[in-house]
Amino acid sequence: MSEPGALPAGVERRVIDGRERLATRGEAVYGEPTDGPWRAWDPNRSKLGAMLESGMDTGLEGGETVLYLGAASGTTVSHVADVADATYAVEFAPRPARDLLEVAEGRPRLFPLLKDARQPETYAHVVETDVDAIVQDVATRGQARVAVENRRFLADDGRLLLAVKARSEDVTRDPDEVFADVLTDLESAYEVLEERRLDDYHVDHLGVVARPR
Amino acid sequence: MNESERAEAGWFAAVDRDEPDSVRRALENGRADGPADWPRLAVEAGFAADEDAYYDSLHEATVTATRAAVTERERADDRQLVHAVRAMDDCRRTANELAERLAEWAGTLEAEAGTGLEYARVLAARDPEPHESAVVSLAGRVVDLADEADDLHALVERLAPTVAPNLSALAGPVLAARLVSLAGGLESLAKKPSGTIQVLGAEDALFAHLRGHAPSPKHGIIFTHDAVRGTRREDRGSAARAVAGKLAIAARVDHYAGDYRPELETELTERIETIQARAGGADGADDGGNDE
Ligand SMILES: C[S@@+](CC[C@H](N)C(=O)[O-])C[C@H]1O[C@@H](n2cnc3c(N)ncnc32)[C@H](O)[C@@H]1O
Repeated sequence: MSEPGALPAGVERRVIDGRERLATRGEAVYGEPTDGPWRAWDPNRSKLGAMLESGMDTGLEGGETVLYLGAASGTTVSHVADVADATYAVEFAPRPARDLLEVAEGRPRLFPLLKDARQPETYAHVVETDVDAIVQDVATRGQARVAVENRRFLADDGRLLLAVKARSEDVTRDPDEVFADVLTDLESAYEVLEERRLDDYHVDHLGVVARPR
Repeated sequence: MNESERAEAGWFAAVDRDEPDSVRRALENGRADGPADWPRLAVEAGFAADEDAYYDSLHEATVTATRAAVTERERADDRQLVHAVRAMDDCRRTANELAERLAEWAGTLEAEAGTGLEYARVLAARDPEPHESAVVSLAGRVVDLADEADDLHALVERLAPTVAPNLSALAGPVLAARLVSLAGGLESLAKKPSGTIQVLGAEDALFAHLRGHAPSPKHGIIFTHDAVRGTRREDRGSAARAVAGKLAIAARVDHYAGDYRPELETELTERIETIQARAGGADGADDGGNDE
């Protein structure tokens, strides 16, 4: 085990473009600044980036097998795939999935899937069992349920790294109340290890680290 | 369940290497209640020599299948949009025509009969006297059609931004859908020069012009765009050219790239502001047509 809150192997703080930033090594994908093989990981464009930047203990060490839910056009997934081993990326909207394909072309262990994360049985014939981490950023109603439904893929000592967007659950409610409900709903399948507001980077988002019960 | 039964549920079990499409079908239609150690099972089943080779196959399979699915879904969506907007226009036109017929008819039965859809709603809600039951029943059909048009309008507003995010941002979802519909699809719209887009929907006027008995039409359906309507008459040609030019770019981005580019909207707004500012200036001299 690495020390708590340490960056995964393959993620480093490096000075790029005159500022210290998180960075991974891989093909650039979204116009991010680079330095040789290193590409900056912008926490303002990535909730997992924000979780790492704010020192949350994600338990990631590098080399994991990852299931990523809500991959969108692949901004964050590209960094995950740079440091992980096999990475399964689920996204259900065709348009961002088209960009995700470009990201996957250059990353031989990134597997894009056009699937609905609320229906794990439609990809359980592809995604392997006992993944080390589930990264979830679906920004849609029922975020806790998606995490619970996908528990079946996660190893018993694995980690759920979840970004919760308050407005996706209910635009009118106080984010704190929404977060409290989501955390309660997670309890049936997970034990929450750490939670932190990501407001410095993403307004009304909560970062959660949890492990299966 | 034993191991080989388990392996039967894996995506690779349904792949026939001689049939390229089977990979896509296997990934798209397959199901399993729970995951399994697919890499190991695939190796044991002889699908791959080792786990590395398995992952190579999985990569190729997921990229190929997802690409095919994405393309198909996007195409399907643009056809859905075309049908939805055409049906919306049909429902609305028919509702209005019937509302006119209704008003005419109702006028023979009561002195203070109103007109239009609003009156149809009033009539439809009435508990009919025996002599007006046919009219009230017809009013009900008119209202249903109008409601259907509203539902289709909501569908268009939902579909258009996924099918064509940039075009929808610049033109609004309904005008975007009409342009896609007039062109016969997003791909053919993306292939049209902006001069053609400028007169889409003005075909009748254009043919009259070509036959030599009408002035050249300045604008087709994009005349309904706020930037054109909101510009004074002398400058509408310039505004229509500017709008058509940006919409042509938006359609191409939507078809070929698909990402949303907010700067297109800013650029159009700036261009239109420049054109509209002429009205305030001393000489509105330069209508040189170099808007593209
Ligand atoms: C906030 S974006 C994700 C951004 C991405 N994680 C990143 O940082 O690069 C949320 C994405 O989740 C997708 N999504 C929402 N509901 C989903 C579902 N049920 N299944 C799969 N994807 C979903 C949306 O289409 C959208 O692309």
